[in-house]
Amino acid sequence: MNMPIIETRDLHKWYSGVHALKGVSLKVDSGEAVGLVGDNGAGKSTLINILSGLHHQDSGDILVEGRPADIRSPKDAMRLGIETIYQYNSMVPLMTISRNVFIGREPLKWSIGGIGILDERKMREESVRAIADVDLHLRSPDALVGELSGGQRQGVAIARAMHFKSKVMILDEPTNHLSVKETAKVIGFVKGLKAQGVTSIFISHNMHHVFACCNRIVAMALGKVVLDKPAAETSIEEVSALL
Amino acid sequence: MRRLVKLAMQKPELASAMLLLVLVVLFQIRSEGVFLSVNNVRGFLGLLPETALVAVGVTLLMISGEFDLSVGSVFALMPMTMAVLVVAGWPFWAAVAVGLLLCAFIGFLNGWLTIRFDIPSFITTLGMLFMARSLTVVISGGFPPRIKPGEVPSWIFVGFVDDGGLIRASVLWFIAIAILISLLLSRTNFGNWVRATGGFLPAAAAMGIPTGKVKIACFMICSVLAGFAGMIQSLRLNSFLPSIGEGMELQAVAAAVIGGTSLAGGVGSIIGGLIGAILIRVIDNGMVMSQIDSNWFKFAIGALTIFAVVGNAWLRRRGRAMKVETDR
Repeated sequence: MNMPIIETRDLHKWYSGVHALKGVSLKVDSGEAVGLVGDNGAGKSTLINILSGLHHQDSGDILVEGRPADIRSPKDAMRLGIETIYQYNSMVPLMTISRNVFIGREPLKWSIGGIGILDERKMREESVRAIADVDLHLRSPDALVGELSGGQRQGVAIARAMHFKSKVMILDEPTNHLSVKETAKVIGFVKGLKAQGVTSIFISHNMHHVFACCNRIVAMALGKVVLDKPAAETSIEEVSALL
Repeated sequence: MRRLVKLAMQKPELASAMLLLVLVVLFQIRSEGVFLSVNNVRGFLGLLPETALVAVGVTLLMISGEFDLSVGSVFALMPMTMAVLVVAGWPFWAAVAVGLLLCAFIGFLNGWLTIRFDIPSFITTLGMLFMARSLTVVISGGFPPRIKPGEVPSWIFVGFVDDGGLIRASVLWFIAIAILISLLLSRTNFGNWVRATGGFLPAAAAMGIPTGKVKIACFMICSVLAGFAGMIQSLRLNSFLPSIGEGMELQAVAAAVIGGTSLAGGVGSIIGGLIGAILIRVIDNGMVMSQIDSNWFKFAIGALTIFAVVGNAWLRRRGRAMKVETDR
């Protein structure tokens, strides 16, 4: 129980000569909602890209549930139960909700060598259920994602992650460019995750959003963690001063 | 009801299908009944599978977000390779297999170069257009190989299947392949990946779809179909010329676009590409039959392409703007 669900040890990453991560060590316990804050270029996105398999660290280790994990691709991360929701790019706008929910993990009626016929009925039914589970009400799983509002899209992305039983959900700036009402909805989704025992890492520029739904705050600046405290023991002022 | 209209308006191939119907009626009247006569339909059905198969491949590739300008050259290279091997004493089926494998390899090269070096497929396949065309002339040695009628079992691909001599085997091959590719796109996980890759690459990649491999597979299917179509044409005419298929690449793109496929990828359907290809053939043939100066053919195709894209975009916008019951 006391084993952290994700632990990073001394992660370093260079991007063409820029030292983007300078030894980041972080422990996230199961069921926590961690708010990761920092200015542009602080290394938040780099850290997240490494955890979600888009990039690979130059040195340092990642442990998932105490076991060393070599995350080389988004598939690897998903297999370990780490799902990432990006500000824009987690959905294909021109495809339907049910197809988006199952992108890359389609249920098949039968297959040869990994290619096969989609079980579209199952996709529809399960996506309706998954979306209802996060308290989002959409008229049809056949609607195009492009017709949804920004908040609804994030809701579908979260529903997708929940459906695939992810243990850790990383939300990369999920409230960017959303209206006040939509933002409240997304923050509601994140609170819902905590209630269901899903660990979340919430990345944002906006301190108010982070403090509204996280129980621990991690601040990064210039590639290092500069603050790591329970939300109750710090304040927006203290964190802002460090960035 | 409004819901149905909305759905229909967002289906771009629908407008093209209606236009097709109107044109067929118009040409039938203007040509005083010759357009739909047995003799004309026979000629029409001979050429259609060849251009439509190329359009099917190009449509699939365009939905995945890429482009192939080399299909016209591959269309000539495949039958030339096959014929040269047959003349050199190879068994027919082995020669066909080598020809199709060569097409698959060209498709692979197109895709691999595009993905590996992150260059526009417009450039990769433009280069391939010249290279494949040149290879065709080189292996022909300047003299088209001659295969005696009856020397190869070409009836399997181009023989008439009915007693009236109206429908060739190539029509059946084409229908079967079109249905297969259409199902591949709409009913399989691979099709889902193709749409996601072309629709929004970062999302597809973030969801773990092997986008590079998906695109390369589409390039390969496109090339193989182009080569297969070229083989059908050459067997139908029983002549193996290095110059066939010139200009075909752009007609195939036009067919796809007329059928509602977006140049940006992600949008389109095989049936749309087919309707586009049929439209182009109908206009070509119908103009001749109606005794319109056939020099206007390219003008008509060009105008139709622009009109189709503008019209489809307009219909889609109107369709999307139409309010049906909302969720709030």
